[in-house]
Amino acid sequence: MEIIKTDVAIVGAGGTGLRAAIAVAEQDPTTKIALISKVYPMRSHTVAAEGGAAGVIGEDDTLEKHFEDTVAGGDWLCEQDVVDYFVAHTTEELFQLEHWGCPWSRKPDGRVNVRRFGGMKVPRTWFAADKSGFHMLHTLFQTSIKYPSIQRFDEHFVLDLLEEDGQIKGVVTYDIQNGVCRTIIAKSVILATGGAGRAYSFNTNGGIVTGDGMALAYRHGVPLRDMEFVQYHPTGLLGCGVLMTEGCRGEGGILVNKDGYRYLQDYGLGPETPVGQPKNKYMELGPRDRVSQAFWNEQKKGRTIKTPLGDAVHLDLRHLGRDYLHERLPLICELAMAYAGVDPAESPVPIRPVVHYTMGGIETDGKTATRKPGLYAAGECASVGIHGANRLGSNSLVETIVFGKVAGIEAANYAKSVQFGNEANLTKQAEEIVLKATRLFEDSTGTESCSKIRHEMGDSMEEGVGIYREEESMQKTIDTLKALQKRYKNIKIKDTSGRVFNTEFLNAIELGYTLDVAECMANSAINRKESRGSHQRLDGPDGAYKKRDDVNFLKHTLAFKNGDDVPTISYSDVKITRFKPAERVYGAAAEDAEKKRQQEAAK
Amino acid sequence: MSENQIMKISVSRYRPETDKEPYLQDFEVPYRKETSLLEALNYIKDFLEPELSFRWSCRMAVCGSCGMMVNGVPKLACKTFLRDYAGKSMKIEPLANFPIERDLVVDISDFIEKLERIKPYIIPSKEDENKPLTEGYIQTPQQMTSYLQFAQCINCGICYAACPQYKLNKNFIGPAALTLAYRYNIDSRDAGAAERMKLLSLDEGVWSCTFVGYCSQVCPKHVDPASAIQLGKKASAIDYVIKMFKPGEEE
Repeated sequence: MEIIKTDVAIVGAGGTGLRAAIAVAEQDPTTKIALISKVYPMRSHTVAAEGGAAGVIGEDDTLEKHFEDTVAGGDWLCEQDVVDYFVAHTTEELFQLEHWGCPWSRKPDGRVNVRRFGGMKVPRTWFAADKSGFHMLHTLFQTSIKYPSIQRFDEHFVLDLLEEDGQIKGVVTYDIQNGVCRTIIAKSVILATGGAGRAYSFNTNGGIVTGDGMALAYRHGVPLRDMEFVQYHPTGLLGCGVLMTEGCRGEGGILVNKDGYRYLQDYGLGPETPVGQPKNKYMELGPRDRVSQAFWNEQKKGRTIKTPLGDAVHLDLRHLGRDYLHERLPLICELAMAYAGVDPAESPVPIRPVVHYTMGGIETDGKTATRKPGLYAAGECASVGIHGANRLGSNSLVETIVFGKVAGIEAANYAKSVQFGNEANLTKQAEEIVLKATRLFEDSTGTESCSKIRHEMGDSMEEGVGIYREEESMQKTIDTLKALQKRYKNIKIKDTSGRVFNTEFLNAIELGYTLDVAECMANSAINRKESRGSHQRLDGPDGAYKKRDDVNFLKHTLAFKNGDDVPTISYSDVKITRFKPAERVYGAAAEDAEKKRQQEAAK
Repeated sequence: MSENQIMKISVSRYRPETDKEPYLQDFEVPYRKETSLLEALNYIKDFLEPELSFRWSCRMAVCGSCGMMVNGVPKLACKTFLRDYAGKSMKIEPLANFPIERDLVVDISDFIEKLERIKPYIIPSKEDENKPLTEGYIQTPQQMTSYLQFAQCINCGICYAACPQYKLNKNFIGPAALTLAYRYNIDSRDAGAAERMKLLSLDEGVWSCTFVGYCSQVCPKHVDPASAIQLGKKASAIDYVIKMFKPGEEE
């Protein structure tokens, strides 16, 4: 097997992985970097992000306001010291991308423009029309080409991490194009593999978003934190789940039920604001968890619209006019036309909530280090502590670059402080890993279909760990997942001879990753006996779990791997520095609460 | 259109380990009016033929993975709909003009190397080199409009599959890479046009294009590479004339 030695190995080349690689290269051009991705970097799912990236820039905006929006948006489950670091570094990172060529949309005077986004007090979302992730990713990829110390391993899939004396010392890869395995020995490893939305059937995520890095860290003893918090984005197209950006509502789009009624006013987000005059933190500019939950309640009340593809509500953009829509939301117009046959300038777009983002992830400290020396994680695969129980739109794109950079610098510094692992040992380990993975080829007695297991997993997650949750249905999902894990051990690979681009083999390994992550989500959820952010329960004695419970659950959930059994769940403290937990309110109630706080502060 | 009609899809199969050359395998796929070719291929992979390999990810025409030939025309599978072939059949083959790796997967490394070669990043002027991170460049919407269309390329490779010149001469830098070079050359933040011009003015640069324009017709993102290349020719010609009259000015 070919052995490559590098200083820092980065797994994943989306926004986070690319930013990390550039940070390492800029810090010291002699540090060797292996940038490993199972797809070409520009295919990474960062590409699909639409709305934008938050960074304080307006005259009426402050870091404190961004901090408060983020912490309250996360229902106080955020690490407040990390949020402080985050909001203080967003704007410089966004300017850095601007210097690298990102075409941020502009004001007439040539300065960067910002738009409104859900749950944010002030317009602070930088945007490149509605292709913000696409432009960020291509800018980062193209810029990364400048640095000769970044050696790319495109279409290399990571089978496992190498570990020696409790330290991570490299990765084993399957070179998909050439059909060979390749070991990359490194002094430190950064996981930047993105989320795990593919654990659910109906999601906005690309096919590659299978939770690989999360499962890799988990299997090496690092806990996955807060995995019960899965974000349903309120506005996905029916059938395919393709995303209609929150920017639609930021620009003034409204949500109406089958009676044409703006139902969000019934769910603590009102009073109704005039059409065409969006107001921050009111109505359609509420946070994603609340807006998705409102859909669920409308559905229960029978006020959603019946369509052949399921229940829907309408996203109405018609009043914005064709010219404005084509300037601000060109991709939305294109996608709605192609995938729903609807011209948003002419007709309202049928939408419904759809799984979009994993708030939780690999536990790290505020500087992206995991508890395993040599292993770092950043971006959606990580839980650095900024999203809490609900992520605000436009905080994740900027997270990729703020913490991608931190991860790069930290991992590079660590690499300078340690030696390579023992090559003979690591090679032996790598050979065993390859043998274990390719046993799928050798053992042709399996009978289970991977795609069947995948479909059953996704449907079961939707049923048991959806927008609203109950003990009984969650337990059913947990049981299903356990049975699927057992069946997974008996899968059938039909193509046991093909080595080059054997996606059947690749997808089988991915499925193993996703199943592990799904188990963490379901088991973390059933143990959190309260409602907070995106985790909403309907049960408990006298409905006790319907409320937030700060006494028992102002804590992070940690899911540890426990052999073949369900994960072991434990808890860790939340860092609260200055913003004490309070009732989480939006609309007019938020303004009242704000006034009260200011009066108390004045006293 | 009624629900669940059946489409006959012939898919090109090829595994380097076992097959001497590609062959076609037929499948029957149920579809409704929303069904994309990508969904149909995933249906085949999930339920009929798990071995079939193709690249895909985003399903929304932005990641650029799923370019392939549909009845001889290069298209994104996720933006091709079975309804548009009702009453006909579909023949799906790997993108033309690239070596086949397996089934519908082609080797695009030549295209990626070309993208890398043209220095697709901002090369700042001396005075802008250390611009502080507390400010951006001033770039008016008009200045941005001049290059924005050319910055929409998703690197799907469809224009290379359509390009008669690339088919004949693999040294030709090709539509997407030349467009990207032009995109940076005209970005008001960039001062690297002279560096890139050396490459663009070579034989394998803009002058290889014979302006057939098929690349622009098939581009799924309306990037219009043909127009970028024509504008690039103009810039290259001006560059040539300037150099003729002011030799030694450069470098």
